[in-house]
Amino acid sequence: MDNVCVRLEGICKSFGSVKANNNINFEVRTGEIHALLGENGSGKSTLMNILSGIYNPDAGHIELFGKPVSFSSPKESIAAGIGMVHQHFKLVDVLTAKENIIGGSAQSGFFTSGKAMTSRIREIEETFGLKLDPDKKVYNMSVSEKQTCEILKVLYRGAKILILDEPTAVLTPQEIRVLFDILRGMKEKGCSVIIITHKLAEVMEISDRVTILRKGVSIGTYDTPTLDARQMTELMVGRPISLDIERAAVEPEKIKPILDVKNLTVLNGEHLKALDNVSFTLNSGEILGVAGIAGSGQKELCETIAGLDKVASGDILFKDSSIVKLSPRDIIRRGISMSFIPEDRLGMGLVGSMSIIDNVLLKSYQNMPGAFMNRAEGRRIADDIIERFEISTPSPYHTVKKLSGGNIQKVLLGREINLNPELLITAYPVRGLDIGASYNIYDVLNEQKKKGVGILFIGEDLDVLLGLSDRIMVLHEGKVMGIVDAASTTKEQLGLLMLGHTEEKV
Amino acid sequence: MLKIQKKQGLTPKQEALLRIGTVVLALICAGIIMGCLGYNPFKMYVQLVKGALGSKYNITATVAKCIPLLIMALGVSIVFRMKFWNIGAEGQFYMGAFGATWVWLTLPDSVPGIVMIPLMLLTSFVCGGLWALVPAILKHKLDTSETLVTLMMNYIAVKWITYLQYGPWKDPAERNMPKIFKFTDNATLPKVFGVHIGWIIALVLVVVIYILMKYSKFGFEISVLGENPQTARYAGMNVTKIMIIAVLLSGGICGMAGMIQATGNEGRLANDISAGLGFTAIIAAWLAKLSAPTILLVSFLFAILLQGGSFLQVSMQIPASVSEVIQGIILFFVLASEFFANYKIVYQKKEVR
Repeated sequence: MDNVCVRLEGICKSFGSVKANNNINFEVRTGEIHALLGENGSGKSTLMNILSGIYNPDAGHIELFGKPVSFSSPKESIAAGIGMVHQHFKLVDVLTAKENIIGGSAQSGFFTSGKAMTSRIREIEETFGLKLDPDKKVYNMSVSEKQTCEILKVLYRGAKILILDEPTAVLTPQEIRVLFDILRGMKEKGCSVIIITHKLAEVMEISDRVTILRKGVSIGTYDTPTLDARQMTELMVGRPISLDIERAAVEPEKIKPILDVKNLTVLNGEHLKALDNVSFTLNSGEILGVAGIAGSGQKELCETIAGLDKVASGDILFKDSSIVKLSPRDIIRRGISMSFIPEDRLGMGLVGSMSIIDNVLLKSYQNMPGAFMNRAEGRRIADDIIERFEISTPSPYHTVKKLSGGNIQKVLLGREINLNPELLITAYPVRGLDIGASYNIYDVLNEQKKKGVGILFIGEDLDVLLGLSDRIMVLHEGKVMGIVDAASTTKEQLGLLMLGHTEEKV
Repeated sequence: MLKIQKKQGLTPKQEALLRIGTVVLALICAGIIMGCLGYNPFKMYVQLVKGALGSKYNITATVAKCIPLLIMALGVSIVFRMKFWNIGAEGQFYMGAFGATWVWLTLPDSVPGIVMIPLMLLTSFVCGGLWALVPAILKHKLDTSETLVTLMMNYIAVKWITYLQYGPWKDPAERNMPKIFKFTDNATLPKVFGVHIGWIIALVLVVVIYILMKYSKFGFEISVLGENPQTARYAGMNVTKIMIIAVLLSGGICGMAGMIQATGNEGRLANDISAGLGFTAIIAAWLAKLSAPTILLVSFLFAILLQGGSFLQVSMQIPASVSEVIQGIILFFVLASEFFANYKIVYQKKEVR
């Protein structure tokens, strides 16, 4: 077809023995929004990194507007009109939007003429319906403003083809709507948009066509309206899968208060309130979801209960006794388990360069007798966890950081559950996991809940939070905006609370 | 067009090949330099090995050079695993030697060696450990850089010995020479197979530290702390306690090296008995990737270079600093080889159609 602007043919790319992209064909038309759908590790990001010149393909051709091209650096792809907005923003915090936008762009000379730049940026903003003050410093921006800034940056450099890598992961429902309006506006102006995602609802809502990848292979390109969510999932996962999240029922006698947080205030490194007068009760046999924009105090909440952060005021009662003054080790011994999956998935809880066995022993070794590590026991536990959680690894001696993201998380969660905690705090346990693995984890959490474990579940995906939790607590800038019943709340209501509106206004 | 690409980790066999290849290349490179300076590199290497291993006497001398180097490398390897950069082995060495000498000077001469030597060894351990503890406490309380503090405390230690040597501990019998009293027999390490028993202590330490780091809970804690302090805290480890014990151990072992060098090799304490081995030890520990058995191997190779180098001075009139040049070249090559362990350079043709 004539209006094809990007054509990738027979793209192959291997990392070691892993074929991230295997003979992928992919094309985008001018003026369309094209979704690239696939589970984690299916090769979406690799393919887009090839298109944007970050990787070199091992084989295959790239055609842009009908001409063959070969990029050896992102600079060349930018010059050719391709702009990529990465999942993790690449902005300089202390500079303004304008400075970030013009920095590194080809048009700027040694000196920058501030006013001309500002008016040029305003012009772009008007054309595409973006809203951002060019003189605002990045550190003062909200997440969605940062994203707008990134989009402005690539538009300023003249991008005709915009690639967005998981753009909605960090946004509230309201912000997502704004983003989608922007994308539709760009489409009308003749730009092409490629949106990488694994959220089906978004594919349905925004895209014209969708290309589905599975394990490095392209399954096909479809007109979005011809598929429904179930078919998409099946194509993506390779087998039929239920999309319903079960909310496990628990016998009432197992439900009794286990954790009581009272007026908890915690200060962060800059002596600002990371948690501000937080109070809630968590019952055994209950999943209490925690929703909030990233950085609303979720991390501090986890770390404070685990004894890693100091309490400024307030109290935390676990089974009616205060744990505020206890060391992390004592808190672990009382049966409180905390696992936090940070964005890099390895930051806290695991040691990447060590084997699965050593990581499994990380908490339990202290309770084993003697001065030596009992690696035979560790091996037994590791084998157990590997089998129970279906972790794919060559051996329990394998280095954790060489495992795939999903398997890394299973090691962490498996270890925590293996300790038989009474209180399980888990933050972002399905971060970056594929659908099958995510549902496995939900099942595991439900199973724990049925056993009478109290679960504090800090999540990102509101659909999951609503489906899995019994109640949901919403945090905004360290304050509790409300604790709502999950069964009778909508995503939009949660979104408003996350943005700082109080419950009465919802 | 040349491109740099990240590659997957090496198998142990590839890694060993890479390291050996690196050292061979370094030796060739050093040979070329020597050739340019007008020396015959082949003859030089032959003489070097001969000087280090050619006779029983030479081997004894090489082993004696190896002992303090090996012990200090073992000492620093413990805290390096924790990413605590103790480059104060020199200072801990001198303070250990000082402590040992002080015990000997304080106790009456009638104390038999069987009591005297263990006491001196113990004191040297305590003194070296405490000396290393100062930067650790400063780091913990004030967040100072342990690299700088351990380094600067080396100079304090050397100056302290110099003061003793020229002042209070100067042996009047040495007339105008500023020398500290010579150890009596009850304070001199006995010899086994021609070398003082320091070599037995060193070998025992190799085994102990290997087991400690690889199989003990404490070694595990040190590794976790080094890899990821956040995780260590999260897992309920007492981070401060682990750091203090590890640093005490590290400094203490370096202090013992000082006692062994003074009483075994030198016969008296002086402000130059370390001969910079405390710094060489850092290199040795690093090249050996902090593994105790490999440290043994690397230290011995370095001792060959050192001993062989001083032999070259006699046999070929080549300055002994040649061995230091070779050491330096080896270090450079090994550091460069780290790059090739993680990356490869590929030649990529620009596609033309």
